[in-house]
Amino acid sequence: MSLTKYDYVIIGAGPAGMAAAVEACQYGLNVLVLDEQPTIGGQIYRNIEDLEEQRPGEFHQLGADYQEAFELAQRFHSSEAKYRPGRSIWQIDSDLTLYHIGQDGGPSETCHAPRILIATGAMERPMPFPGWTLPGVMACTAADVLYKSSGLLPRGEIVLLGSGPLLLLIACRLLDAGVKIAAYLDTNPHLAPFQALPYLPEALRGHDYLLKGIAMLWQMFTSGAKVHLGVTGIEAQGEAHLQKVQFQQGTATWKELTADLLLLHHGVVPNVQITRQLGCEHAWYEKQRYWEPVLDQWGNTSIENIAVAGDSGRVCGSANSVLTGRLAALETARALGKIDSSQQTALAVPLLKRQNQELAIRPFLDTLFPPRRPWLVPQNEETLICRCEEVSVREIRGAVRLGALSPDRVKPMIRCGMGPCQGRMCGLTASEIIADERQVSPVDVGYFRVRSPIKPITLGQLAGID
Amino acid sequence: MFQPPPNVAKTVQITFEGQTYQVAPRQTVAAALMGEGYLTLRNSVVSGETRAAFCMMGICFDCLLEIDGRPNQQSCMIQVREGMNIQRQLKKGERA
Ligand SMILES: Cc1cc2nc3c(=O)[nH]c(=O)nc-3n(C[C@H](O)[C@H](O)[C@H](O)COP(=O)(O)OP(=O)(O)OC[C@H]3O[C@@H](n4cnc5c(N)ncnc54)[C@H](O)[C@@H]3O)c2cc1C
Ligand code: FES
Repeated sequence: MSLTKYDYVIIGAGPAGMAAAVEACQYGLNVLVLDEQPTIGGQIYRNIEDLEEQRPGEFHQLGADYQEAFELAQRFHSSEAKYRPGRSIWQIDSDLTLYHIGQDGGPSETCHAPRILIATGAMERPMPFPGWTLPGVMACTAADVLYKSSGLLPRGEIVLLGSGPLLLLIACRLLDAGVKIAAYLDTNPHLAPFQALPYLPEALRGHDYLLKGIAMLWQMFTSGAKVHLGVTGIEAQGEAHLQKVQFQQGTATWKELTADLLLLHHGVVPNVQITRQLGCEHAWYEKQRYWEPVLDQWGNTSIENIAVAGDSGRVCGSANSVLTGRLAALETARALGKIDSSQQTALAVPLLKRQNQELAIRPFLDTLFPPRRPWLVPQNEETLICRCEEVSVREIRGAVRLGALSPDRVKPMIRCGMGPCQGRMCGLTASEIIADERQVSPVDVGYFRVRSPIKPITLGQLAGID
Repeated sequence: MFQPPPNVAKTVQITFEGQTYQVAPRQTVAAALMGEGYLTLRNSVVSGETRAAFCMMGICFDCLLEIDGRPNQQSCMIQVREGMNIQRQLKKGERA
């Protein structure tokens, strides 16, 4: 397979990737956008074009953001950027050669560009507890994806567990669509609102988001769903699929609810699979307890000519993702000689101003909805952490006691992180548990070393490479 | 558990475990199967416990199915195609 050359390869066709592509094309760059999903839009605007065309009523119900995103999608399609859906990046070399495979099982292909943008978005933070592998227990965004992409709506006894703006948003979207939510188990610590107070004045600059948040809280609390606050423990139970949940608030006695579907949410963390595989420098973001690539204001990583935009840098929402995508594209246009530094600076001024506005609410939100210890380090030692290899908290602690002090040492001993998801679902929790056992910070423990291929690839697919 | 929207044109025929279904186009295999009432998609290769799609975004690999003869396909990422033949991978001990 021959090496295809571009000026700029962008990974991800979410808000960040699409905005970067549109911007870069304006300066005459030859752009390729690769995304493993079958359609554009990323996670938030999943299936947006089809929705607008096939289900206009539901599309309009999703709000003004979706109209704006639809316009971005149209600008993206009418730009010169080449877009290839259904392509998963499984490796990037330090010389900026990129390897990708198709969902169709065809051979791996390679391409090269002097600048690469990683706009691979975020994923839900794992929320392990006993029974979270049972059918009927799902990430809350999975229900959202099913609705946006197929119009599927959950039925039966629906229970929500967790906290944070995305859980509320998805709950309200389900309510708007006529779904009845039986119970809302809120896991936020009682003290969090007080701790977030100092950030409120700054957050008032983003008052649109605050008002939206208050409206969503009101809708949720008056929907008829039973709301239980301060939930600290849960078990999902059932034969072959979910039938009931038992939950605890603090030290109170456990309560039981029948449940057909349990939707979880424990915040969102950057998808750092590619920046890790490349060996970019990462830093620990204590407020939300995740690692993020270290970036400058243009999104440049510690590795030359590799940049990051959107939620794969720091989770800041779709409007900021668009801005970071555009800023990264300006940097590429300058690096490749299409604009000079003074033009770049001038073009960036309005973007940085809007970014400042967009980010005003973040310190408040990040403090109001902290990741919480019972879900970071599950109390029940039998809780499975690694879903693929079924490794429990107890086994991880045992490995640490035998001298495995880092995730990479624990991994070969008990197979934690060695299944097909390659540690995506257990990596953060494994670091937290090892740190807890050693009584140190996850910073001292580190994260799994992410190796190529970052997506499973067959020998047949590899045969296509020169 | 999941109810498909009324009045959608079901124009694609797929086969799941030997049985044929008419489903709506432009949706993923995992979504189409959930719309037909199937939640459990596979069994854990370690304990044999039942598993269903968890993330619907390509992260968890709990939705692996055999599609047109190819094992370990992420059914939440692949759209249905006319004539697609889908099988569960239920055998305990078979590794992805
Ligand atoms: C499932 C989910 C649903 C969400 N829904 C909402 C919502 O409704 N409202 C809201 O305000 N926020 C939502 N968020 C938060 C939201 O993701 C962001 O604010 C916004 O979508 C970030 O945009 P982005 O462009 O950075 O990334 P994304 O929109 O996540 O786009 C990243 C793209 O990169 C692709 N990709 C990732 N890895 C690879 C790879 N190895 N190879 C090829 N392609 C790859 C993905 O397929 C994806 O399309 C959601 C987050 C998640 C995880
Ligand atoms: S449902 Fe998680 S990868 Fe498909």
